[in-house]
Formats: sequence, C-alpha cells, structure tokens
Amino acid sequence: MQKIGKQTVKFDTPPTILQTASIVGPKEADGPLASYFDQCLEDEFWGEKTWEKAESKIIKETVNMVIAKSGIPSEEIDYCFAGDLLNQCISSSFGLRELNIPFFGIFGACSTFVEALLMASVFLEGGAGNYALCAASSHFCSAEKQFRFPLELGNQRPPSSQWTVTGSGAAIVAKNGMGPYITHITPGKIVDMGIKDANNMGAAMAPAALDTLLAHFKDTGRSPSYYDAILTGDLGYIGKEILIEMAETKGYNIKSNYNDCGVLIFDKEKQDTHSGGSGCACCGTVFSGYLFKMLQQKKYKKILLMATGALTNSTTTQQGESIPGIAHAVAIEL
Amino acid sequence: MEFFASIDWMQMLRCFVVGGLICIIGQILIDKTKLTPARILVIFVTTGAILGGLGIYQHLVDFAGCGATVPLTGFGNALSKGAIEEVAKSGFVGAFIGGTKAAAGGIAAAIFFGYIASLISKPKMKKQ
Amino acid sequence: MKPIETKKQYQDYVDQKSPNSPILKNCFNAFWVGGLICSIGQIIFNYCKYRGMDIQMSNTIVSIILIGISAFLTGLNLFNKIGKFAGAGSLVPITGFANSIVSPAMEYKSEGYVMGVGGKMFTVAGPVLVFGISASIIVGILYLIFNTQSITLV
Repeated sequence: MQKIGKQTVKFDTPPTILQTASIVGPKEADGPLASYFDQCLEDEFWGEKTWEKAESKIIKETVNMVIAKSGIPSEEIDYCFAGDLLNQCISSSFGLRELNIPFFGIFGACSTFVEALLMASVFLEGGAGNYALCAASSHFCSAEKQFRFPLELGNQRPPSSQWTVTGSGAAIVAKNGMGPYITHITPGKIVDMGIKDANNMGAAMAPAALDTLLAHFKDTGRSPSYYDAILTGDLGYIGKEILIEMAETKGYNIKSNYNDCGVLIFDKEKQDTHSGGSGCACCGTVFSGYLFKMLQQKKYKKILLMATGALTNSTTTQQGESIPGIAHAVAIEL
Repeated sequence: MEFFASIDWMQMLRCFVVGGLICIIGQILIDKTKLTPARILVIFVTTGAILGGLGIYQHLVDFAGCGATVPLTGFGNALSKGAIEEVAKSGFVGAFIGGTKAAAGGIAAAIFFGYIASLISKPKMKKQ
Repeated sequence: MKPIETKKQYQDYVDQKSPNSPILKNCFNAFWVGGLICSIGQIIFNYCKYRGMDIQMSNTIVSIILIGISAFLTGLNLFNKIGKFAGAGSLVPITGFANSIVSPAMEYKSEGYVMGVGGKMFTVAGPVLVFGISASIIVGILYLIFNTQSITLV
C-alpha cells in the first residue's frame, strides 16, 4: 500500500469485495432496481414495535445474509465496520450487538458505506486480518422522526428534498481474492460552501464530491473516461446536475458515464421522491444490490464509487449553521 | 331541514373565500420563504393576536364569520379578545386569565384528542 | 459557466439550479381546501346558533369539532395525505394546529406515555401557544394601560 498524490492510497495487493447483500423497504421495492436487491420488505416495521428497532433488524439481517452468502464462518471475520444515521449510531450497534466480531462504529453520514470500505481495505492490506465486514443502514421513518417532522404531520416536501432510503447494504472484504478489487481509495475532506437549506442536501454535498473527484483524478492521473461508471452516493437530481456542471468548469467532462445512486434507486415521476434518494442505505443498497452484480456480470469493469455525506444534525440546522459535506471515493476494478 | 333553509349562502361564500385567501397567504409563505410549519403557525397566531388587539380583526370576523375565526389568525384573535374582555372585567390579572380562558376549549380538545389518538393509533409510512 | 469560487456565488448558483414549488397549483389547492374547512366550520357555527347558543360558545364548539375531526383523520393516517395535497389549506385552519399536536403524540408513543406522548406532544405546536398566549397577555396589559390613560385623560 502506498500513498500517491495528496490524498489517495494505491493498494499493491488490492483487497477483494467477496460478497454483498442488501435488504430494502417497500418503496425501494417499487423502484427501478427492485430485482437487484436480495430481499424486499413488505412493511417498514418488519414486525418490530419502533422504527429504530426495525432499522436495527434490517442491518442485522443484512449482515447475517452477507455472511451466509459468502460462506465464511463468522468467527473468521476479523472486523466489522458499520454505521447509520441515528443518534450515536444505535441501529448498527444495537443491531449487531450479538455479532461477536470486533466492531468499529463509524459515522460519515450518508457516506458511511464507502467509509467502511476504505477502512476495511486499509486494515486488510496492512495485514491486520483476512476478512472485514462493512455495513450501513438507514430508514425513512426513523430519519424523518430524528431530522424532520413526525410522519403524520401534514406538511409538504419541497421539490429539492430527498427521500431517505429504507434498507441496508453489507459487504465482505477479503485480503485475498479474485476481485472485484479495491485498487485505490481517496478519502475526502470536509467541504462547506455555506448551504443552509436542510431540504437541499444534494447542493450542500456536491462541492465535497467535486473536491474528492478532482483529488482522485489528480492523484491517480486518471481521467473520467478511465471508468465505465462514476457513481455518487446520494446527490440526487439537483446535486448530480451541479456536480456535472462544476466538474466541467474544472476541465473534466463526466456527463457520459456519471450517475448518482439516489437518482437510480427511485422513479422520480411515479414515486414522487422529488430530488431522489438519500441516506446511508442509498449508496449501500445500490452498490450491494445493483453495482456489485454489474461487476460480477462484467458489464462494468472499472467503477469509481463516491459516497457523499451531509455532516449535520437537527440542532445545527435549527441554530442556522451551514451544512458541511464530505465524499469518500473508492475505485473498484476487475 | 328548517336549519338548512336558515343558512345564509352569501355569508357562506364570504366565509369560503376569506378562509381560502388566508390559506393562500400561508401557502405563499411556505413556498417562497422555506419557513417550517411551526414558524408559519406562529406567524399566523401572532398576527391574529396583534390585529385582534388593535380591534381590526373583528371587522373581518363580522364579514366572513368562520372564514376568519377558523384559521389560526382567528385563534390569535380569540386570545387577544379574551384578554381584553377579562381586563375590562377584573383588571390586571385579567390579562393573564383572559386569553387562555377564551382558547381553553380548543387547547384542551387538542391535548385530549392527541392523547387518545396516540393510545389507539400508530404512525404509518407515507406512501409518497 | 464560470468557475465558482465564493460561497455567495455558489448560493446564487444553487438557487438558480433548484426547482421552485408549483406555487399556482399549491395556492389553488390551499384555497379551496382551506375555504372548505372554514365552510364546514361555518355550518357547525350556524347550527349552534340555530340551537340558540351564543357566539362565544358556538365558536368554541366549532373549534372542538374541527380539532376532533383533524385528530381522527391524523389517527387514521389520512391527515398527512390531505396536508401533502393542500399545504397551507389544511395547516393554517385550526385543523393544522390539531394535527401538529396529534402527530408528535403518535410518533413519540414509542418513548412511553409520559415522556414520549406527554413530553413531546408540543414539539411542533408548543411555539403557537407560547407566542399566542404571550401576545394576548401583552395585548391585555397594553389595553389596561391605554384604557386607564384614556380614563385619566378624560
């Protein structure tokens, strides 16, 4: 492993993403990617009494599923990196408390899933173990309750708002394997361009995504056309458009092979999700469900996955603070 | 059916139009200012209380009936009107008693029904 | 497009990129739903008057019934659909006040009846009471001062 440029790490013996699993809620199951997910729930409570318990159950079952699919006994998994959006990351810590795998709770807002992949690959390449588990979850109802309003409040969502994805994505990263390989990682810096509107997260996060994207291209010497697909986590329609235009002003044309997980996961017209999906599970489930299968089927050979996060909470929003954004990128190649 | 014959339909139309117009003001505030629902409600109740205190809102009530009393400005007006009436009756203390007294029915109903609803019902996922 | 350097430039750019709400459609829906809710109130009011109640009592009954209907619809998970359609049309009438009390009560039921339902019931509507009642007290005191002055002046 070696550091290249300012903020990118290149792996000499790149770790493999061995297996992924995804569970999504009913609304995601109505979306265009439904057939790619491992399990679609019929009800957001999933038999639990509270939204928080439901989210814990989703991440727990997703993790169990990825372990079962991979065939690796859970005793052989050395670390677990997981996170979510609820206060103090309780969905992951409560959901995974019976897992018996050394646990790192991580928080990168909606960028958590890729943050987990970055940390896992550094750990494994550094020789700290053979297998690491990465997981992230979010739930529309628990996120609304914590960040916005009670579900039954009769308010209107502005057109720039995004819809938190209900679900969880999990992946097992192995030190040795047959690919898809994690070849480069570019951890992002916190970037704040002063956007204060909590209903326009895409615009708040787009500058961070641009920052990481430029750093990645500069450090690796690659150009956008090197990748079959460049995917951001949850910039949504507005953030996607902003990123394309701003990248263009910096001399990078990403129009042809760039898309956003939040744009892919819902049908904007039919599902009325306004600016698209968001949440840890947005990038988590789209990668674990859709992108990983595209890699397996060799439809994509090289992708740059860049999850974006808005590092804010409801207190800072009420205090009128602006929203710092972050984006972590990982290059996955066959 | 004698009751329906007694309804003044012109009054009903005034009520509909004025009530609707007050809601349009609220809608413009929502769409143009990004204010949260709580702030909109506060603006309406405070405006109503001030207009009520100045005696202006009563003209609107006389004109539109429930078109003016049912929106939250009417709630603010009722609070102010109650305070003024009670001050006239019992002086300084009246300022503290009057408003809440006038609105007591509404507040108590909201608390009670809210509690009942929480007993028997559960929040559900929004479909859209 | 020019490269964006400052926060101000970015904010302006974002404002121009973000779609506006369909304000005409929203206002139309708000108008007729709001008007309809007021008209329902008017019918109840007229009936109370018809049964010989005074204005104050009639108004209180209108409030209680509309609040009851709103709480009932919220409990049936229907009010948020009306609210999404009508916006201010269901928010600004007293129905919106009731909904903003009932919805947190239901949402925080999972934290128990005392600290959840009881404690969180006014998270949205609390400010309405704080500002409404405070304003009424100020109005009352001003009226008191103004009145005594006018008496002494005469």
